[in-house]
Amino acid sequence: MRVVLAEDLFLLRQGLIQLLEAYDFEVVAAVDNGRDLSAALAEHRPDIAIVDVRLPPTFTTEGLQAALQARRDMPGLPILVLSQNVEQMYARELLADGTGGIGYLLKDSVFDNDQFIDAVSRVAAGGTAMDPAVVARLMVSHARDEPLGALTARERHVLELMAEGCSNMAIAQRLSVSEGAAAKHISNIFAKLMLPQDSDSNRRVLAVLAYLNA
Amino acid sequence: MTDALGAWRARVRRAGGDTAVGAAIAAGAMAALALFLVTAYFVTLFVIGIGAVALPVVTKGVRRLCNLNRRAAGRVGVPVAVPYRPQPREFEKDIVGWMRRRQWILTDPATWRDLLWLLLDTAVGTVGLLPAAVLCYALEGFVVGAGLWRPLLDANGTGWWYCFITVDSRPSALLALAAASGLLLAWPWTGRPALKAHAYFTRFLLGPTENTVLASRVRHLAETRTTALDTQAAELRRIERDLHDGAQARLVSLGFTLGAVERNMDRKPEEARRLLREARESSVLALRELRDLVRGIHPPVLAERGLADAVRALGIDSPLQVAVETDVPGGLPAPVESAMYFSVSELLTNALKHSGADRVEIELRHGQDVLYARVADDGRGGADAGRGTGLHGIRRRLAAFDGTLDISSPVGGPTVTKMEIPCALSSPKTSSS
Repeated sequence: MRVVLAEDLFLLRQGLIQLLEAYDFEVVAAVDNGRDLSAALAEHRPDIAIVDVRLPPTFTTEGLQAALQARRDMPGLPILVLSQNVEQMYARELLADGTGGIGYLLKDSVFDNDQFIDAVSRVAAGGTAMDPAVVARLMVSHARDEPLGALTARERHVLELMAEGCSNMAIAQRLSVSEGAAAKHISNIFAKLMLPQDSDSNRRVLAVLAYLNA
Repeated sequence: MTDALGAWRARVRRAGGDTAVGAAIAAGAMAALALFLVTAYFVTLFVIGIGAVALPVVTKGVRRLCNLNRRAAGRVGVPVAVPYRPQPREFEKDIVGWMRRRQWILTDPATWRDLLWLLLDTAVGTVGLLPAAVLCYALEGFVVGAGLWRPLLDANGTGWWYCFITVDSRPSALLALAAASGLLLAWPWTGRPALKAHAYFTRFLLGPTENTVLASRVRHLAETRTTALDTQAAELRRIERDLHDGAQARLVSLGFTLGAVERNMDRKPEEARRLLREARESSVLALRELRDLVRGIHPPVLAERGLADAVRALGIDSPLQVAVETDVPGGLPAPVESAMYFSVSELLTNALKHSGADRVEIELRHGQDVLYARVADDGRGGADAGRGTGLHGIRRRLAAFDGTLDISSPVGGPTVTKMEIPCALSSPKTSSS
């Protein structure tokens, strides 16, 4: 799988390259600023772009802007955004086009190699990967809403995992329950939130995110 | 018709007020004479002690009289600011404090201007009597013209002299009545000019001079600068403490754990693996703490997107329904943006914690070199700027930029807070920070 990487900190860039190559990803370009990122994306058309939000020269949201622009130019291009901090606002902008292939993770998430690689693969396959911190803040901003209040503690947890982008199987694993039990929770949640049921796991995750982002 | 009648009634009522105030001013002029003499006496005697004892009491009386006259001037549309130097927070209870109180009084130029005013007001103040005098004279005319002239003529042998008329017959009595009516009609127009004239005189001597205006401005700046520096120092201390107890401590424990890993690597690989996991978790915690700290110092979204988007992000993060409307150009000075951001953030927290509101509206504008924000919620109101430390903190934060906070929060709601910071746009920033 071919990866374009944009990260301005040398140590982190090298670490990511090593990590990705250890898991058989091919890093076709590793750049350290927004301009080079746009060029590399246009040139290599990778399977996934892993991008830091803040890049030189402005150190504002150079990376985010370049990624969003690239997605407009190449619809469906999977993008995984890494950042030192998460903002709901940026999550919204990334998810705005309503298609999958989007990830938004704190840089710390790299520490857990397996989970990080899992997230990269998921995003490359058109799924989503939202950082638990993003999801937690989404849940807080909906804390007063009626339908969410109707969920049981377990269902809320399942909803959070879904919003992070987990499949039924992953949810079942994390909660140490059977896949059938996880599926039951999920259908309960969809009924309570009055969301249309869908057998496709990616579309379901997007529905949940769209709901939380509303 | 009723309108004209109403206007007349208002005019007469106002004239009545002016007459009373004028009389009071004239009475004050009598008091001024006494006060001037007493003050002059005690100031002269200051050297031998007795004056020094009485000075503060006398000054208090003088200032009270002067302040009353300032208020009277304000009543007729000539506002006069109080120019006295503010009293130092506290005077010591010993002889030093005793002397400092006298020094504070004697070195204030306003004290001496008061004194000059007292002297001149003994004469000028009598102008206040004009409306009352006109009124009384008109009344005399009525009384004399109505019939009192007969007994007066009998008693004195000559006619009563009223307004250039010798009242000694029925026709001259009628003439006197006409003159009295004319005076009565003129009476409502005498009060204002008299009081205004006195007010200008008062402003001339009792108003702040250019020097005192500048001095009070300097005082204000010195005060706000001190608070700003204090706040900043406290903030730095908090950051230092947070780093010391937080991220720094975590890194120390991380180092320990890694050392233990090194020792155990060969002999107890299982233990080493557990410790490594612990180390990783510890680094995640350290990062989280640093992130929260940074958010409190200068939120990343503010640095990355500017004020408008940062306030919008606040709204998105809040559990309340927040509508944000902004019209703010780029290029605002960063410290002003930061102050406004944290103020809005604090108000939003207040709305969430205390008001019981569901909806909040935030409006953010910049125009005529003023950054303006309005935060309104539909909660139960009753917020008190004097009590909450939060609102006090916002005031202090804004005061460093000559900004102001104005809150209206009647019990039952809604709470509407308006904030203003004067600030000009700088050129759009291009460099990073």
